[in-house]
Amino acid sequence: MVADIGYGVIFIAFLVALYSVGAAIYGDRTKSAGWVESARRAMLLLWPLISISAAALIYLLVTNHFEVSFVYEVISRDMPTYLKITAWWGGQAGSLVFWSWLMSAFASLVTLRKWDRDREFLPWVIVVTSLTTAFFLALVVFYENPFAEFWRGPDGKLIADASGNAIKSMFAPMLNASLAIPTDGNGLNPFLRNPGMIIHPPMLYLGFVSFVIPFAFAIAALITGRTDDRWIRITRRWTLWAWLFLSCGLVLGSRWAYDVLGWGGFWGWDPVEIAALMPWLTGTAFLHSVMIQEKRGMLKQWNMLLIILTYALVIFGTFLTRSGILSSVHAFAESAIGPAFFTFIGITFVGSIALLIYRWPDLRGETEMKSMLSREALFLLNNLLFISVLVVCFWGVVFPIISEIFTGQKVTVGPPFYQTATGPLFAGLMLLMGVAPLSAWGHSSLKTLGRAIWKSVIAALVITIFLFFTYTANPIALVAFFLVAMVILVTLQEFWRGTAARMKAQSENAFTAFWRLVGRDRRRYGGYVIHLSMMLMAIGILGINLFQIQTQGTVPVNSSLSLGGYTVKYDSVAQFPGPDGQQVTRAVVSVYQGNNYLGDLYPRIDYYPTEKQNMTIPGDRPTLKDDLYIILVDWQPTSTNGATFKIFVNPLVNWLWIGAIIFLFGIIFAAWPDRDAERVPARSHHIHQPDANQTGAAD
Amino acid sequence: MSKMQNSKTQGRKTQNAIALPILLALTCGLVLASQPYQKVFAQQPVPTPSDDQVNQIAHQLYCPVCEDTHLDVCPTEACRQWRDLIRQQLSQGWTEQQIKQYFVQQYGVRVLDEPPQTGLNWLIYILPPVIILAGAFILFRALRMWTKPGSASAASGSKDETVKDEYVARFEEELKKRK
Repeated sequence: MVADIGYGVIFIAFLVALYSVGAAIYGDRTKSAGWVESARRAMLLLWPLISISAAALIYLLVTNHFEVSFVYEVISRDMPTYLKITAWWGGQAGSLVFWSWLMSAFASLVTLRKWDRDREFLPWVIVVTSLTTAFFLALVVFYENPFAEFWRGPDGKLIADASGNAIKSMFAPMLNASLAIPTDGNGLNPFLRNPGMIIHPPMLYLGFVSFVIPFAFAIAALITGRTDDRWIRITRRWTLWAWLFLSCGLVLGSRWAYDVLGWGGFWGWDPVEIAALMPWLTGTAFLHSVMIQEKRGMLKQWNMLLIILTYALVIFGTFLTRSGILSSVHAFAESAIGPAFFTFIGITFVGSIALLIYRWPDLRGETEMKSMLSREALFLLNNLLFISVLVVCFWGVVFPIISEIFTGQKVTVGPPFYQTATGPLFAGLMLLMGVAPLSAWGHSSLKTLGRAIWKSVIAALVITIFLFFTYTANPIALVAFFLVAMVILVTLQEFWRGTAARMKAQSENAFTAFWRLVGRDRRRYGGYVIHLSMMLMAIGILGINLFQIQTQGTVPVNSSLSLGGYTVKYDSVAQFPGPDGQQVTRAVVSVYQGNNYLGDLYPRIDYYPTEKQNMTIPGDRPTLKDDLYIILVDWQPTSTNGATFKIFVNPLVNWLWIGAIIFLFGIIFAAWPDRDAERVPARSHHIHQPDANQTGAAD
Repeated sequence: MSKMQNSKTQGRKTQNAIALPILLALTCGLVLASQPYQKVFAQQPVPTPSDDQVNQIAHQLYCPVCEDTHLDVCPTEACRQWRDLIRQQLSQGWTEQQIKQYFVQQYGVRVLDEPPQTGLNWLIYILPPVIILAGAFILFRALRMWTKPGSASAASGSKDETVKDEYVARFEEELKKRK
């Protein structure tokens, strides 16, 4: 009954979404405000409808309705309630409902707040957001129905297809069939039970769906011909929040990998990771290049292209992880949703590009570059580098599929390819982070830049020489540390210069001057905080990638392994049942540095009997200098050999996590709404000067 | 006036002269960096190989069964057996290349952490640098065209001086202070 309600309501939501699209198009074509308003209200109805369906699904999960196939696949009786709720996005069908639910929430937010200020955009924003929601709802309704149930025939046997797979459907597949209710479910994949993994997918999805909003406004701008920067000003904060969510998702995913996967690293250049990184790359390029349009009226065509690419990559990322194409092209061909996704991406991408080509002449810049060292030129170079990283990532993910199609041979594109290809590109981006903040909009010369940067360069060189004598002679590390030092010094210098200027001009004390400086231009100084945090993260990434050491050995009780100045003594091991139905094998090891006892660590293996899966949870000792990371690789109760441990010393890696926290703070700082939200735009409009009601930027 | 123009032209030429090598260096770096990652290993026969020696080779191989998991960290029983096999092969004096070759023959090239440099696989190494170089060239040409002295765009740029926004003014002011 509850499953029927859930499915029925989501089917209605799908119809409402389609109506919303149709009414918005008809309303715009016939200039009928009534139809557009009807479309808006239909779109507002989507979120409550999908919420009802989601509530039904959660109810089924929490109350162990194993006759529902999705419930059977993702939970088991022994799972705690909070995990049963989060299992909503732990399986494919549920995650599509979750995607639609978030999408409808964001679409509602757009049309609830100050929606009547941009009436010309409204119908097309509704079309894009409702169409995207309708697509995901269609996947749920027609292909991946989380409410489908198992059935048994009159003979009491489970009804299955010719291959022996149980048939899942909303309605009885034969006369006198009744619901088949398994006694227990498969349970959630143990890897998805970690707190990091519980929050990580919602954050990624939030990032994905919120990038749909700027795309919707961009398409609205293209269709209506309003090609000034109005759409960018409206969506500026949406973009920043989208970037925040996506960044947060990536950071959480990295931390989860470090804590749970037990391989001593945080980023494996795995296609699923790259699928989430790709829209982040174009989103980051977009965040920089929109500033050029706002300040100089340039790169309108490029900004449109970037947001179209970001949207396409959002859908492509979901497609990659949901279609089965990463496993094999055969899995894709057999997958119900794979071809549907592929068609949707193709149609939306080609349609968007066609619109962009149609409006191309109207999107010419109002001014052009005057100097190769101007800030806009450097931002453009920054965009080139971000897109270059994207090219490497995209090709690395797509190539195995192409290889399989054309040669029948599956290949793996692993970390060596990505590291070698993206390393110089990231170095170029770091260099730009150091130089660009010192260049001016419009024009800069080598002389002015040189004068602004020379002190930081000299100081960074001194630091690098110091590191050469005290820490490393690795040339790649030294170049990278030089760039890190330079960016940090340039950024701090920018903070200091502004504060000092205020102290002098306004006679303020240092604290007040600093506070007001950053408060008056949060976007700029938030950006600097982000740059600083990126450099801290770079220190961590360099540390673990260039200086990680590891060893593995089997030792009896009271024996030890040594690595990087640490001695790890194996004290004992114990087995006991865990709180989540798992069997825990936990070792106790004591850690020494020389003769100094530093404490005990508890690496463990959690075995989930229902899923027949092991999880290796490391014991780690984080310091600013390094992270001692110990994995219990093997221990057999019957063996007299002792236990096998793998020990990593990951130098500087904790700067990555510190940087990540500051990074997220920096984005929130930059994106937080202004008290005077209705500010006058910074740059005069040359095209389509908005009327008095419309000049207020929703930034 | 013409002297001033000459000096401006000279300045731009200097900037172009510097920007061009930077771009070229960056792109050359890219090409070099994108070259196939190749290591040559010479393995001595090891009577009792340590876990570290086994892992060093296993890390360069992917689990033939699991998705995107290196063989050295894969927790499955099958992978444990494959690691034991590597240990056995090392103790029999197999070289690293021979061991990798054995896994390729048994399970296909997908066990390698990057495609071998043959046939269609060359595309993985060639295409990104070509696209990036093309992008860099287009960008450089566009920048040169935009910043060419006396061009229409430069003229429109100078016209734009009248509509400078407060940000530009502020940055210029800051730069003046730095002088």
